[in-house]
Amino acid sequence: MNVHLDQDKCVASGQCVMAAPDVFDQRDEDGIAVLLTSAPSTEDAEGVRHAATVCPALAIHLTEATAED
Amino acid sequence: MTATPSPAGHRSAGIPEFPMPRAAQCPFDPPPALREKQQEGPLTRVRLWDGSTHWLVTRYAEQRALLADPRVSADITRPGYPSPAASRSNTIGFILMDDPEHARQRRMVTAPFTIKRVEALRPAVQKIVDDLIDELLAGPKPVDLVEAFALPVPSLVICALLGVPYADHAFFQENSKTIINRDATVEQRTAAHGRLSAYLDGLVAEKLARPADDLLSRLAERVGAGELTRLEAARMGVLLLIAGHETTANMIALGTLALLEHPGQLAALRESDDPKLVAGAVEELLRYLHITHSGRRRVATDDIEIAGQVVRAGEGLILANDIGNRDPAAFPDPDRLDIHRDARHHVAFGFGVHQCLGQSLARMELQVVYGTLYRRIPTLRLAAALDDIPFKHDGSVYGVYELPVTW
Repeated sequence: MNVHLDQDKCVASGQCVMAAPDVFDQRDEDGIAVLLTSAPSTEDAEGVRHAATVCPALAIHLTEATAED
Repeated sequence: MTATPSPAGHRSAGIPEFPMPRAAQCPFDPPPALREKQQEGPLTRVRLWDGSTHWLVTRYAEQRALLADPRVSADITRPGYPSPAASRSNTIGFILMDDPEHARQRRMVTAPFTIKRVEALRPAVQKIVDDLIDELLAGPKPVDLVEAFALPVPSLVICALLGVPYADHAFFQENSKTIINRDATVEQRTAAHGRLSAYLDGLVAEKLARPADDLLSRLAERVGAGELTRLEAARMGVLLLIAGHETTANMIALGTLALLEHPGQLAALRESDDPKLVAGAVEELLRYLHITHSGRRRVATDDIEIAGQVVRAGEGLILANDIGNRDPAAFPDPDRLDIHRDARHHVAFGFGVHQCLGQSLARMELQVVYGTLYRRIPTLRLAAALDDIPFKHDGSVYGVYELPVTW
């Protein structure tokens, strides 16, 4: 799985951090999301998918893994 | 197109009026007419107080799609916007604006609401909740839980965060109540808003002179730097103060009442010490109660094809997220309160760029409250019949005016 985050769209709801704290963080100055890794581990995959679902700004885009990933 | 209200003529005959009344015997459920509209189709027509007609969006998927669509505007001054009252000027602030100005202003106030900052506040909120429960237990009973607990918790928290003296709570709570009363006249609401703006403006001036470690001081710095006017800063302060205490207070009192009426759910919550279960209960109660029951208002800026319909540029949209949160396509058996379900995808905080900026603070406060109150007072019960509880049918935010409880 590959994660892409569009910071210009982000509205700092923080839901991605709640869903996948090892993959997303927030900037201290305005809460805009920060991507910690664009290639999350398998354990984090479900949280990342949930983050993409609940992101109110549709700022998280996922490319699902190919068979060898 | 003009902003003049059109009289309810033959064109709107047979079109139901919004908002619709709830069924008296089902105080936790959205109006039955909203359910009927949802079954009719994702987009139907409704009429507002001024005779104007708009699209009513009742299903979860279409609500999310439209609220996240950049061709949908929240600008109350645009012709066609489904205005809840005769006044179409924006005295509220950035929640009734579009990007880029909306984003510019919103990002000035998001810092204290990050997950990290909110988590750092949790012990202080726990102490506020514990102290208030100590006072409840030491005081007379029955007691009004709204006055003695539900209002003080979020008021104390938002006052500390903003830098507003809690000693003024009677003043700002009274004016907030008028502003969000659907039955208040435009004059009454404008006057109450004016009083709060003047009050916050005075506080911003104080913070300019003597900055402290709070959000109003950060806004005062922006004023000093020429990034915001004093009026804009004061209006942001009013917005955050009202949003910070009214909504959470209603969730505390109405949530408690809903749990008392669902004793099995209350027992499951009380007997668990799993923070995940408490967090899940918060999400489910947000979904189930959906207190912002006046519909989110928008206007299309371009033609939008959705669900086999075309919403034309300039047409108004009312997104009834309360019935969206009861859409069986998104939540199986939607009218059942079930604290064990995964309700995290609810739209209680809205969706799109305007989604509630204080949501993580609200969640944390509710987790502390729901995780503490019923354990510390396990015999908590209503001290009145459900029929005698005064519900806020006239509020733009739903809840109860009073909740007499004993133990």
